[in-house]
Amino acid sequence: MLPPLFQDWFARRGWQPRDHQLALLDHAAGGRNVLLVAPTGGGKTLAGFLPSLVELAQRPRQGRRLHTLYISPLKALAVDVARNLEAPVAEMGLAVKVEARTGDTPAARRQRQRHAPPDILLTTPEQLALLVAHPCADRLFAGLKTVVLDELHALYNSKRGDLLALGLARLSTLAPGHRRVGLSATVKDPAPLRRYLMTQTGGDDALSDLVIAKGGAAPDIAISASESHVPWSGHLARHAMADVMAAIHASRTALVFVNTRSQAERTFQELWTINDDNLPIALHHGSLAPEQRRKVEAAMTRGDLRAAVCTSTLDLGIDWGAVDRVICIGAPKGAARLVQRIGRANHRLDESSAALLVPANRFEVLECHAARDAVLAGELDGERLKTGALDVLAQHVLGTAVAAPFDADALFAEVRGAAPYARLARPDFDAVVDFVATGGYALRRYDRYARLRKTPEGKYRLAHPRIAQDWRLNAGVIVEDPMVDIRLQSRGRPAGSGGRRLGQLEEYFIEQLAPGDTFVFAGDVLRFEGLREDAAYVTRTTDPQAQIPSYNGGKFPLSTFLAQRVREMVSRPQSWSDLPEPVHEWLRIQEWRSVIPKPGQLLVETFPRAKRHYLVCYPFEGRLAHQTLGMLLTRRLERLKLHPIGFVANEYALAIWAAHDMSGADMDALFDEDMLGDDLDAWLAESNLYKRTFRNCAIIAGLIQRRFPGKEKSGRQVTFSSDLIYDVLREHEPDHVLLRATYADAGEGLLDIARLGDMLARVRKRIVTRRLERVSPLAVPALLEISREMVAGAVDEAILRESEDALVRDAMRVD
Amino acid sequence: MIDVNGETLLLDPCGAAFLPAHGTLVFSDLHFEKGSAYARGGQFLPPYDTHATLRAMQGAVARHRPVRIIALGDTFHDEGAADRMDDSARALLAAMPADWIWIAGNHDPSPPAWMGGTVAEEYRLGGLIFRHEPQVMFQPGEVAGHLHPCASVSKWGRGVRRRCFVSDGLRLVMPSFGAYTGGLDVGDVAIAGLFAGPFHAYMLGRARVYAIAR
Repeated sequence: MLPPLFQDWFARRGWQPRDHQLALLDHAAGGRNVLLVAPTGGGKTLAGFLPSLVELAQRPRQGRRLHTLYISPLKALAVDVARNLEAPVAEMGLAVKVEARTGDTPAARRQRQRHAPPDILLTTPEQLALLVAHPCADRLFAGLKTVVLDELHALYNSKRGDLLALGLARLSTLAPGHRRVGLSATVKDPAPLRRYLMTQTGGDDALSDLVIAKGGAAPDIAISASESHVPWSGHLARHAMADVMAAIHASRTALVFVNTRSQAERTFQELWTINDDNLPIALHHGSLAPEQRRKVEAAMTRGDLRAAVCTSTLDLGIDWGAVDRVICIGAPKGAARLVQRIGRANHRLDESSAALLVPANRFEVLECHAARDAVLAGELDGERLKTGALDVLAQHVLGTAVAAPFDADALFAEVRGAAPYARLARPDFDAVVDFVATGGYALRRYDRYARLRKTPEGKYRLAHPRIAQDWRLNAGVIVEDPMVDIRLQSRGRPAGSGGRRLGQLEEYFIEQLAPGDTFVFAGDVLRFEGLREDAAYVTRTTDPQAQIPSYNGGKFPLSTFLAQRVREMVSRPQSWSDLPEPVHEWLRIQEWRSVIPKPGQLLVETFPRAKRHYLVCYPFEGRLAHQTLGMLLTRRLERLKLHPIGFVANEYALAIWAAHDMSGADMDALFDEDMLGDDLDAWLAESNLYKRTFRNCAIIAGLIQRRFPGKEKSGRQVTFSSDLIYDVLREHEPDHVLLRATYADAGEGLLDIARLGDMLARVRKRIVTRRLERVSPLAVPALLEISREMVAGAVDEAILRESEDALVRDAMRVD
Repeated sequence: MIDVNGETLLLDPCGAAFLPAHGTLVFSDLHFEKGSAYARGGQFLPPYDTHATLRAMQGAVARHRPVRIIALGDTFHDEGAADRMDDSARALLAAMPADWIWIAGNHDPSPPAWMGGTVAEEYRLGGLIFRHEPQVMFQPGEVAGHLHPCASVSKWGRGVRRRCFVSDGLRLVMPSFGAYTGGLDVGDVAIAGLFAGPFHAYMLGRARVYAIAR
């Protein structure tokens, strides 16, 4: 199968072609679409390109056309893979031109790539959307033979996946014969990815072929455990920093993963306070200035670093050769995420990767154990499959018109070929086209300003070329929170002059700062001096009591799968002996004081404390779902005249406090699924998270522009006006297509409504209630979070510690 | 209720000000037809802003029963806005029973004739002078709009941003009233610079106005 030229090359390298690499050649020869599932280090990328290289090596030398298109979720990965492909191409002397194309590619080269494309083009879903919307797209893609989709597991079930699917649907019209190869990390169920690769035809799901590479060595996962002290709450794992430092000492290069940027900042600081040997330890997260990130990446590649503290920015792709250990601080949140992160260490299949998990509190100890057990058992989290978003479709419809006038029937058929849109109903499609043309309002006031007009042949065409220009500037589905530049100036100078750019922070965080407040960023304690135009000016300070950026807690919710395993672990006392002694004791006293819920049950506890009455439940469904639940339950309790005062949610539990005893309430009725009806609607109208979801949909769909030619509209203005638009639209046209898109988005992602619904259905008639005289051990972490929420940052630490100790003493008393 | 240069004003949480002694209601920056102005540029904001604004005005008129209404300029979002206003909107406007004083704004230097009432650059009433753009020099008794002031406060990790009146007891800047009008923070030099000493932001709440010292 493999031509001699290639066999020789493998031999010269001292390599043996892997089975899955050869399998992919077979599938290619048969012209089949195929999904390759392989663990990190399996030579996955080369497997994806091998058929293209073989074909290009054998092709007659004339008239170069775009042969293979490679799509990666990360710009950096596209560039990296382009570099890695140069080696085999040069070493075999192939006349194959490989180029990357990202937002950073110079405009002149991008233009040249459209007219004289390379053989292999490596790019991102956003660039593909721009390319298929170009008037010359039909010529560019006419000779396309292969599309390679890398890290498909990270893309297929997201809005970027929708955008990519629509781009692929376009390609199946422009280059009908092309073949698709999907590359994926290990997933629980490959079927949705196989479906994603195929053009759907409306009947049964069409699935691509599947090749599963043999698994590598099992990873070596340790969990840092302190037998004396495990914190009750918090996410910083300060108690374990010595363990982390020791692990760094024992590694060549370690990646220290955390879940949020504030954790990254804090961990970085903590490590440096105990870094007595001055080991080169760096910081890497998405808010740092790009130059700074590039520097860290370069040092990493050279092997100059002993450790890098990072967030999910380093989750995917790039091959850091020297990394031999991964340290995960805090909860892993999902088994698949953990596998991904562990895979960052040691890109070689036959050696096992080393990982250290560092739980920051008691619940995280449970989560870490559950995650390790799952990974070692080879079980992974599944994902709820989302349907194609209507706002993304709106962007695509306008993009299609940017390329050329389109026929609505033909476009509808094409769009339904894209897996996420396979079940799109015609009225929804028509509503989207109407939205694109005139805003889609029942009151047809904007017909005269239509963006799309009908040609005599009944096709839709752009009303004005300017619309194409605006569309290009707003294309893409990644909507960032409005960000503010952070500029460092020397002390004593007036705010607003000069200063080096350190990076960016979310505007909502900056708006909460008063001049003089201190916070940690880019590894320094900074003093906020003032906000001028679009930059926040800061000075360096030595203030040790810095206020920490609070980035809305964890970004990733606990996966449903892992939640299930944690619940099971809690419900099985025989499994507790694996846990560190403090955690074990905690659960034993809970069992004695209250009850350990059985599998499938939801425990609801009520107890008085300090003149308030508490209700605490433990669904383990993640903070977002709990927050939604908290809002809905408080509304109900209000109607029952129990006067709820507030609530707090963490990843595992929800605590509500009220002026009256809530133990008399009918819990089955309180937790009934029907709360997802009117109460939910009423709450959504007010919810800030929901308004943010609307803003994102409005930007993606093109109702609000994120940029104007020559002038960037500041995020501040966008945020404010989208709220006004939301209020007006919700009142006057609640069924508008954009509000439907927002609802779908919130239900699937941001607010976890779907997950909440599953939970409520699951626990129906299985609620166990306990009326306690005082706080239970399980309730402590949630209650501690209340004090954190209610107490301002500058309060003396000692007071906090005092109240924490009293709470714990009460909970753990065995009298 | 606040005093500005000796006159008593009632600050309505909808964003209007009422002068009981003069039976006069003041709205600022109504920006009628802002939605359709954007539509001409291909951006289709929901076309309900003019009616939403008018509805809020009706509420204020019903509460205060003014004999005189002052629109403090930028009543129309652009020169063509009055022509784009539909008949039902015009009828709603005509049905508000009061004498109208239309202050000219930078968006609408010459309000259209069909509206009736008096058109003026400035208007004096008791110790107050009404104009669209605040003057930079010390102006006791000035009531102006134009700047769309907003203020934000934060507590317990949450920030709240609202439109607001701004006053130091000598002059007043009105919040914008139009449904799609955004805002400028009171800390901005364009607003804060108008006041020599400390001032208050009167933030619009659901049922009342909250005075926040600045």
